[in-house]
Amino acid sequence: MSAILTIEHLRFAYRGGPLVCDDVSLSLEDGEIGCLLGPSGCGKTTVLRCISGLEQIQAGRIALNGTWIAEPGQSLPAEQRRVGLVFQDYALFPHLTIADNIGFGLRDLDRTARAVRVGELLDVIQLARMGDRYPHELSGGQKQRVALARALAPRPRLLLLDEPFSNLDVEMREKLGQEVRAILKGLNTSALMVTHDQHEAFAIADKVGVMQAGRIEQWDTAYNLYHRPVSRFVANFVGQGVLIDGRVDAEDKIATELGPLPHCAHCDLTPGQAVQVLLRPDDILHDDASDLAAEVAHKAFRGADILYTLKLASGTRVLSLVPSHHNHALGEKIGIRLEIDHVVAFPTGQEMSSAARMESA
Amino acid sequence: MQYNWNWKIFWEMSPDGSGTYLSTLFVGLQWTLATALSAWIIALVIGSLLGVIRTSPVKWAVRLGDAYVELFRNIPLLVQMFLWYFVLPELMPKALGTAIKQMPPPWGSFVPAVLCLGFFTAARVAEQVKAGIQTLPRGQTMAGTAMGLTLPQTYRFILLPVAFRIILPPLTSEFMNIIKNSSVALTIGLLELTARARAMQEYSFQVFEAFTAATLIYIIVNIIVVFGMRWVERKVAVPGFIGPQVAGGGH
Repeated sequence: MSAILTIEHLRFAYRGGPLVCDDVSLSLEDGEIGCLLGPSGCGKTTVLRCISGLEQIQAGRIALNGTWIAEPGQSLPAEQRRVGLVFQDYALFPHLTIADNIGFGLRDLDRTARAVRVGELLDVIQLARMGDRYPHELSGGQKQRVALARALAPRPRLLLLDEPFSNLDVEMREKLGQEVRAILKGLNTSALMVTHDQHEAFAIADKVGVMQAGRIEQWDTAYNLYHRPVSRFVANFVGQGVLIDGRVDAEDKIATELGPLPHCAHCDLTPGQAVQVLLRPDDILHDDASDLAAEVAHKAFRGADILYTLKLASGTRVLSLVPSHHNHALGEKIGIRLEIDHVVAFPTGQEMSSAARMESA
Repeated sequence: MQYNWNWKIFWEMSPDGSGTYLSTLFVGLQWTLATALSAWIIALVIGSLLGVIRTSPVKWAVRLGDAYVELFRNIPLLVQMFLWYFVLPELMPKALGTAIKQMPPPWGSFVPAVLCLGFFTAARVAEQVKAGIQTLPRGQTMAGTAMGLTLPQTYRFILLPVAFRIILPPLTSEFMNIIKNSSVALTIGLLELTARARAMQEYSFQVFEAFTAATLIYIIVNIIVVFGMRWVERKVAVPGFIGPQVAGGGH
């Protein structure tokens, strides 16, 4: 286990401004792809800028491959860090051909060695015959592949990608996302990406950090972010779902309108405590045999499935993802059943980040 | 109006004995071009340097560049010409000032005229270069840094090659301006094209012929410049990015 990137207690503020990065810590293993996910303005891009050396950090420290490269008042110049950067707007050099763009970071190599390396990368990004073209003759997806190749050419120790797919249309985004993951894994290159699109994050990254207001709320796998969010913010930001009221009863169960839910042993919720339980659309199944019924308040047809908004007796609304052939009309009462692998509950009224997490197998 | 048109005047000998009136005009044109070209080199070098430092992160350098531009842009060219010719030698150490004043003609007027036009136009070139660099996305600089370039290298290999392509059309105008502005040098005694036309008018009283000829020569020279610069623009155009084929803009 060797960490390629370690960030400890990073703090950063633009001159005279508020704290943009507040105590950010994370660690990325060699060959791993990480992603910072968060709404715009949460400080995720600033973390990238600090790692690449475009900004000077004010507290904490950053290590690459076990060497400290940035501490307050002491930092390795950006051009010596060997960190590749891929930008949202590609930032290709318009006056250079595709081949020259890719070869740009290879000025130390002689002409033949450079041509060989450029040829390799053109093959990797599947633009082998486009070397003589200019950036403005390419489509958005092609440009971003060239930008990736340009950043990879000097064999960076770490690749940083700043919202790399947000200028592309949705289909292209998904396709290119998978390609980029395959390329990075194929070359065993560690990377840290920034995005506000969770599908993008989940498609590419091994580990995702959900950021809010300059802090990383949770640094975890996509599965855990979805099923075991540590805070209300993560629960709301990642995936869909609603929080319904419940109360911890004495038998280690949580009483809710939908019936008792299991309660795990290592949760520090006290009996009698009011909580809110997270219900994902896939936690609520449609079951005609169930005695529990809810009224269809809204439905969104999504092809393979329908996302129903269901109104419970109390008026509380929950979401349910149902296979598409179960087509019910608005106002109809349908039977539902809960199937929850991980019960997630937050004490009512408590701050987001200090919420408790509970699970049951 | 009584005026005797005489277009044959150009083939008559000028009283200064150097040749026909036409040949004196062409000698004048040579001095015009020599002055404009020498001044243009100064303007390009100093203007580019100023344009670059005005976009640099070094605060005091930016202020210095701004001050230069404001100073040279806000004083009339004619006044600047007199400052270089009459005032500057007086401000020099006595020996140097005397040496400058005793430069033989035409160098005594040519050197101050070139310096004046060069430093004046440098301020305008600096504006263009700064604007050209500032139209480039900030990501270009960051991309350069991320590729391991130092700031000077980023300017040299990324920013300036693109910025100069963008500002070629306004630079063409500046080059044409410097050719036309060189006529101001006649006030400090440089016998360039306009001065020769005036001399011809004074000797021969054929004012219309003299200035028609001067006008045509200026127009022809500037048309050649326009076509020359268009050729350069096409030559350095980047397919699909800058150049004649994307006059309408867009993607």
